[in-house]
Amino acid sequence: MSSIEERVKKIVVEQLGVKEEEVNSEASFVDDLGADSLDTVELVMALEEEFECEIPDEEAEKITTVQQAVDYINANLE
Amino acid sequence: MSRRRVVVTGLGIISPVGNTLEGAWENVLAGRSGIGPVEGFDASAFSVRFGGEVRDFEVSDYLSRKEARKMDPFIHYGIAASVDAVRDSGLEINESNAERVGVSVGSGIGGISAIEKGHEAYLGGGPRKISPFFIPSAIINMISGNLSVLLGLKGPNVATVTACTTGTHNIGQAARIIAYGDADVMIAGGAEFATTPTGLGGFAAAKALSTRNDDPQAASRPWDRGRDGFVLGDGAGVLVLEDYEHAVARGARIYAEVAGFGMSGDAHHMTQPPADGEGARRCMTNALRDAGMNPDEIDYVNAHGTSTPLGDRAEAIAMRGTFGEHTPKVAVTSTKSMTGHLLGAAGGVEAVFSVLTLRDGVIPPTINLDDPEEDLGIDIVSGGARERDVRGVLSNSFGFGGTNGTVIFRRID
Repeated sequence: MSSIEERVKKIVVEQLGVKEEEVNSEASFVDDLGADSLDTVELVMALEEEFECEIPDEEAEKITTVQQAVDYINANLE
Repeated sequence: MSRRRVVVTGLGIISPVGNTLEGAWENVLAGRSGIGPVEGFDASAFSVRFGGEVRDFEVSDYLSRKEARKMDPFIHYGIAASVDAVRDSGLEINESNAERVGVSVGSGIGGISAIEKGHEAYLGGGPRKISPFFIPSAIINMISGNLSVLLGLKGPNVATVTACTTGTHNIGQAARIIAYGDADVMIAGGAEFATTPTGLGGFAAAKALSTRNDDPQAASRPWDRGRDGFVLGDGAGVLVLEDYEHAVARGARIYAEVAGFGMSGDAHHMTQPPADGEGARRCMTNALRDAGMNPDEIDYVNAHGTSTPLGDRAEAIAMRGTFGEHTPKVAVTSTKSMTGHLLGAAGGVEAVFSVLTLRDGVIPPTINLDDPEEDLGIDIVSGGARERDVRGVLSNSFGFGGTNGTVIFRRID
């Protein structure tokens, strides 16, 4: 089983069409990985799908980097 | 007000008969059908199980995977044909001319596949499962919108939607935008991807489609007595239209002049034309008047000819009304006999074939005309392509809602 970080990175690569090596933990979806506001909405939907959870909009807005996504999932799952 | 001359300098096509200009042209001249069993989804429960799907198309040749994912296939096809047409024209779009280059590429149906998927996501998981790209992936003006972003087009950015007349209306209206002076170049045409469960099912329910499931390649048979409806097709046809002086100044290859454009409304029925083709006749006459041409200056008609019992006959009557005693000298084909009916893309794809007919002096055949309806009084080219010196070509499109469009192309010597 892949780690949560690996699974998040895989989704980011898939959703944002970026290279794996670009996706480091501190990478910002918008500033570093070229996402626009619609991309980030869809990215959160993909995370919800992968981790079978529901991320409330006010929490989703705070997830702007890979690390923040990993932290949120770690804190709210299991 | 003086009116600027408009010429065609680029062509692009994605279609059931091929995704390159010369490949598609070779196929229609050889009378090869692009129709086959539906492969895009399981059509086994449908009364119609065949169509003209686009094959061997790689969207990654035109768009990144990330961008492509946000667009319905009708947008992929429209962008691909447009990019190919611009490449064919040799036009470079840069800061100096971007504001004078526009786009008008429409679709008849739009993102019906994206709408099906979006609705499915909603039914499966509720409103939170609707993608933020659902709307922009589906709405009809997003070929024009995305192309504008992709190529940096800062001129008019529009998309006319008139069912099966879409392609022709976009070309005609775009030519007028140039003639009027609002742009020097317009990328114009139509695209369609309606071979989906609800697209195919909807036309089948309306009894508009041929049900010749045992012989799909013989199903589109315009003016043949055995015709029983049209064959749904996917693809895109796009022209680069240009102000004549602009084209000459940059040394562009000029295929033909957009000599005239005509429109009319049937005011008759939601989906059927009047049996005497009265609206189609007025449409062709309007185009001739716009072109300042006499009927005997038209040597070839690329007909709407969808292979429906009523429509084919009405168009033949309309041609006789338009051309009068010159009618027997006008060669007629329906390339839909090979491509199927590409709905909003039909006028685009058929404009491409019309322009190539002018270029090469060879008229593609109407295939499957084994038992022609009698007393039509028109000269239908069948049994092989026909070489002929062609000076003027008239291309017809008619659509649901009784919306008609005719564009006339003329050779430039």
